[in-house]
Amino acid sequence: MSKTDLTRRGLLKTSAIAGAGVALPTIFTASSAAAFTNEPTGDTVTLGFNVPQSGPYADEGADELRAYELAVEHLNGGGDGGMMNTFSSKVLEGAGILGKKVEYVTGDTQTKADAARASAKSMIEKDGAVMITGGSSSGVAVAVQALCQEAGVIFMAGLTHSNDTTGKDRKANGFRHFFNSYMSGAALAPVLANAYGTDRKAYHLTADYNWGYTTEEAVRASTEAMGWETVAAVKTPLTQTDFSSYIAPVLQSGADTLILNHYGGNMVNSLTNAVQFGLRDKQVNGKDFQIVVPLYSRLMAKGAGANVKGIFGSTNWHWSLQDEGSKAFVKSFGTKYGFPPSQAAHTCYVQAMLYADAVQRAGSFAPCAVAEALEGFEFDGMGNGKTLYRADDHQCFKDVLVVKGKENPESEFDLLEIVEVTPVDQVTYAPDHPQMGGAEASLGECNDGA
Amino acid sequence: MLGLDKKDFRLLLIVLIITMLAPFILNPFPEGSGLAQFNAGYPDLMQRFVIFGIFAIGFNILFGLTGYLSFGHAAFLGVGSYAAIWMMKLVTLNVIPAIILGVIIAGLFALAVGFISLRRSGIYFSILTLAFAQMSYALAYSVLTPITGGETGLQIKSTDSPLLSNLADGEIGRANLFGMDMRAGFDISMGDWLFTINAGYYIAAVFMIIAFYLSIRIFRSPFGTMLRAVKSNQTRMYYTGLNARPYTLAAFVISGMYAGLAGGLLVAMDTQAGPERMFWTASGEVVLMTILGGAGTLIGPVLGSGAIKYMENILSKINKDILHEWFAFMPDGLEDFVITLVYPFIGKGWHLTLGLIFMAVVIFLPGGLVEGGQRIGRLLRGKKANPDDEKATQSTPAE
Repeated sequence: MSKTDLTRRGLLKTSAIAGAGVALPTIFTASSAAAFTNEPTGDTVTLGFNVPQSGPYADEGADELRAYELAVEHLNGGGDGGMMNTFSSKVLEGAGILGKKVEYVTGDTQTKADAARASAKSMIEKDGAVMITGGSSSGVAVAVQALCQEAGVIFMAGLTHSNDTTGKDRKANGFRHFFNSYMSGAALAPVLANAYGTDRKAYHLTADYNWGYTTEEAVRASTEAMGWETVAAVKTPLTQTDFSSYIAPVLQSGADTLILNHYGGNMVNSLTNAVQFGLRDKQVNGKDFQIVVPLYSRLMAKGAGANVKGIFGSTNWHWSLQDEGSKAFVKSFGTKYGFPPSQAAHTCYVQAMLYADAVQRAGSFAPCAVAEALEGFEFDGMGNGKTLYRADDHQCFKDVLVVKGKENPESEFDLLEIVEVTPVDQVTYAPDHPQMGGAEASLGECNDGA
Repeated sequence: MLGLDKKDFRLLLIVLIITMLAPFILNPFPEGSGLAQFNAGYPDLMQRFVIFGIFAIGFNILFGLTGYLSFGHAAFLGVGSYAAIWMMKLVTLNVIPAIILGVIIAGLFALAVGFISLRRSGIYFSILTLAFAQMSYALAYSVLTPITGGETGLQIKSTDSPLLSNLADGEIGRANLFGMDMRAGFDISMGDWLFTINAGYYIAAVFMIIAFYLSIRIFRSPFGTMLRAVKSNQTRMYYTGLNARPYTLAAFVISGMYAGLAGGLLVAMDTQAGPERMFWTASGEVVLMTILGGAGTLIGPVLGSGAIKYMENILSKINKDILHEWFAFMPDGLEDFVITLVYPFIGKGWHLTLGLIFMAVVIFLPGGLVEGGQRIGRLLRGKKANPDDEKATQSTPAE
């Protein structure tokens, strides 16, 4: 750093500017000339893809990024168009969004709220991103969603399963396509009742953080509603890698079902431990001991290997679905990258498409106009059947897949099989449901920025 | 002037000028040019530069002077953040009381942690502080969820109505300084260049200047000399009848308060607080910043924090597409080859680059970036180095 530019005049000039900057009222803010934050003025529009590229969810982040790149390609008219061809709304023509070529910037959330916000802020302040999307953890989603609300840009959540994202922390500028804990519980309960009966005693191991709490609450509520009894619910530290000490007491408790409210590496370890302890070969209360994993992902199933065989769970989407949308998506993703997409990739691709479509229909990039176009929007052909973006909480309502670890997998991607597609009516709840923050939760006003 | 000798005053003046001109200095490349990628002059990053500068300056008071390596300093940053955000949620949206509360609470917490940890020195002290920080992190992440918001952290919500602020129903409060929004500001465009002047940055910068000034005063005071004595030979101090504990504890608390100030400012600039702020990697980061810049030097920690935050925010955002744009002039095969070579060091690989730079600095420039600067300065002046120069910025590696 040199100080050669230090002249008396320069110093005076800058102090004057700095002084003026501090003294200026908010009305003179930079963007007051534009109608909303980062209004795209050239012939391109910039989207911000904020995904975990390092840290525990880096694999999912990498898959999300692939999906976004594919979506941008399709939006700009490249590739085979993927789900754009099966999407029920036909306003997208592969000519960018509103005629503007789609460009993107990427950032690393590191699965930390602070880092994710810093990265999102730099996209908004430096790169002029008009929409932020992505992420693989609810903590990050809630933090970035609040930031986007403040800054006046749209946030399209990536993989986030906690109720809070569209529950007590819902925001007018934030939208979630992914399903949530409540839906997992509601979808799983009837399947579990069918398979294991209605007089089970459940033992919960719950990852000790926000997502774990909401998932435990949801699964407990829906299993108890059909007659199950909850024997105990034990919290496990997120950083735990060896769960033996948590598994041993399960057998003494008299429980005959173990529910693992764990995700990612946690689930891989706890499930492996439980299976190694021989839980699944045990007989308790005259019934076979069973294990349930509320939220499944292919990457987790891969990590746990043969241990997932026959274990029930729920998932947002699976590449083996046979509807037109899923087939089109799997085909174009597979052609480009050589393997099938994960559910994280699917939800991110769909979110990018839905945003582009909403802008196109609204005829404007202004966040409030886009939000209005998304609210109450019903669509089909995106892999989950008929889907509604509910206006009250900006949550997508669609069928939920109940899956089971496959007994005889044919490839490293073919690990889960779909047991049942729980229809959307069964997983729908009132916007002021107590698990969703009750009557107090509100979206607030949508924010266009300055 | 201001109780500083000429040399220190010059240093303070340089820091003052650089921070005040930062929006211009950090945006040297015109908008739209390929190099605009390297511009760092946007509000969020500039704020982070000065806030983490404060954090590192404070850490350096403990580590640089006494040689006590605290590996849990992020805990104080986190505690300061939580205190500040609760102040904003409950009492007032003005940032000043929030920052003050952050400093006080962090100071008290540092007093408690320091009182226990400082019974040991060396590696045992480091481990104790690390344990405290990880405990704080674990508590904030789970057990204390009602107070800390757990994983999702705390934000100002539409349901919060601070006592002293008149918010319309459903309006989300915003941090302000006597009515001025932290995000207020304006752009200056000169030709192709665009400079963003932001109120929040200048407020944080003023705090940093004050923090820097205080740190110079501490370094030059008899108290600072005592702390250096602790570093060079604590046993000898005890034999001469001096009790070092009160001095080290005072240094620990002061440096905890600096961390609290940084935490409070983080909340003031971006109204949220989460537990990751206290994770051990965050504590490690401030150690890296200090050593990278030059432990025990005045300006070193600020340079180090700037370098790390720059890499974290700028380098990590370069992706493959941008590389393809840069090397598009090369023939295809060569382009792919060069990109394969460069790619591991940018984007998500920024940690790798940071690690390499850190190794290079520790091996070749044990005094950190400051020593590098001094060596270049000496080269330029034709090796007529004045031995007195060394005194101002002591460059012995910290043990």
